[in-house]
Amino acid sequence: MANLKTSEKKSKAQSMGMHTEVLTGRTQQKFFNPDEAENFYYFGTYDVDFNKRTDLDVKEMSAPEANKEIDNLMSQGYGTIVIKNPQGKHSLGVGILNKLNLIFEGSLGYFGMGSCDGPTVRINGRVGWSCAENLMAGKVVIEKNAGSCFGAAIRGGDLICKGSVGARTGIDMKGGTIIIGGDAGAFTGFMMQRGRIIILGDVGINLGDSMYDGTIFIGGSIGSYGSDAVDAELTKSDQDWLKRKLKVAEIGENFDVSKMKKIVAGKKLWNYDNLEPTEKKGAI
Amino acid sequence: MAKKKSKKVKTKSKATKVKFGVKKQSAREKMIGQSIGYRYDVNLLPDYTKITPFLKKYVEAMGWDDLNWLEDVHMGYEEGKPAVFCRNANGWVTIPKSIKLPNNQQDRDMIARELLVKFQMSPKHPLVDLKKAYLKF
Repeated sequence: MANLKTSEKKSKAQSMGMHTEVLTGRTQQKFFNPDEAENFYYFGTYDVDFNKRTDLDVKEMSAPEANKEIDNLMSQGYGTIVIKNPQGKHSLGVGILNKLNLIFEGSLGYFGMGSCDGPTVRINGRVGWSCAENLMAGKVVIEKNAGSCFGAAIRGGDLICKGSVGARTGIDMKGGTIIIGGDAGAFTGFMMQRGRIIILGDVGINLGDSMYDGTIFIGGSIGSYGSDAVDAELTKSDQDWLKRKLKVAEIGENFDVSKMKKIVAGKKLWNYDNLEPTEKKGAI
Repeated sequence: MAKKKSKKVKTKSKATKVKFGVKKQSAREKMIGQSIGYRYDVNLLPDYTKITPFLKKYVEAMGWDDLNWLEDVHMGYEEGKPAVFCRNANGWVTIPKSIKLPNNQQDRDMIARELLVKFQMSPKHPLVDLKKAYLKF
């Protein structure tokens, strides 16, 4: 996995035969083959067909039972699953590491669609706190409003809310794109490290507070800027990308992106000392 | 009257060599003796005109409309060699020498995305062994 070197001096544990190598880096070379056969899915995931569709009524099920049943249906090759009566249950649809077309006919509670990697999800209702937390890849569309911490710590994929969202949207996000059709609350983009946030409406106070990197685009008014959040020039490339993304998000296709404000990190908070290089390497 | 010699100006199309691992240091970086920030411009938006046929197929197979999570993948470097960061394995995957890289970040990024998909979806990916050993459900 990592770059391993044989140690010359044997520690007590090594001389006892517990291990013979020490970890010296993170570079990986020997596993990589550029001529690898075309394979678009993770090893061990289910081969599902988008045209194979089924309904799942979760009214009488607990969240773990419902999630297990979704997994079971995927194992049978169902690529489109419609969830009936979610009734605001918490933690529905979490941990899906597969391509899948998932439709919720109703609203979700807290932590819906958390830790997913690949599915395309449509929620025809509202969502509670921390929707799609830690999303790795895929597309999640919410037709109505969302609670606080929307898209907390996401690392990739598109997270779209056609309505308005609460405070701390995109807190600690490390990649991906969050698109909001309405307004957003305070501390939007708080401590974000990379990725992009697009808000077509107004945004509350402390926008992009302590952001390390990444970009925020705002269509409406800004309550106030957070620490180290600064304006940047909106380029032609930005505008082209915004138009494309809003079309993909099915919202604001005719929105005048040329009038949007672009906010980035001022990088004044980038203060590290020599004690942190190892920690920093892990974060990059 | 003497004829003016019209000098032909030859424009040499010099292909500048890409030096991975070399970037300008800020005053703060010089002071603390280490580099700060990512190893590439994380805010660089993808140029969709450069998308490769493999990536088109991948996006289509996944049912997406664009590069999705791959928008955040860029060609970086590790120990002076071109490399792409694999978030699943938390390590840099160096690009084999046999692959010639174009002198353009957008094109290089597309190659990085393609190679990363091939790496992550490969049965030789290190997570496959871990999954076999530790998968609980």
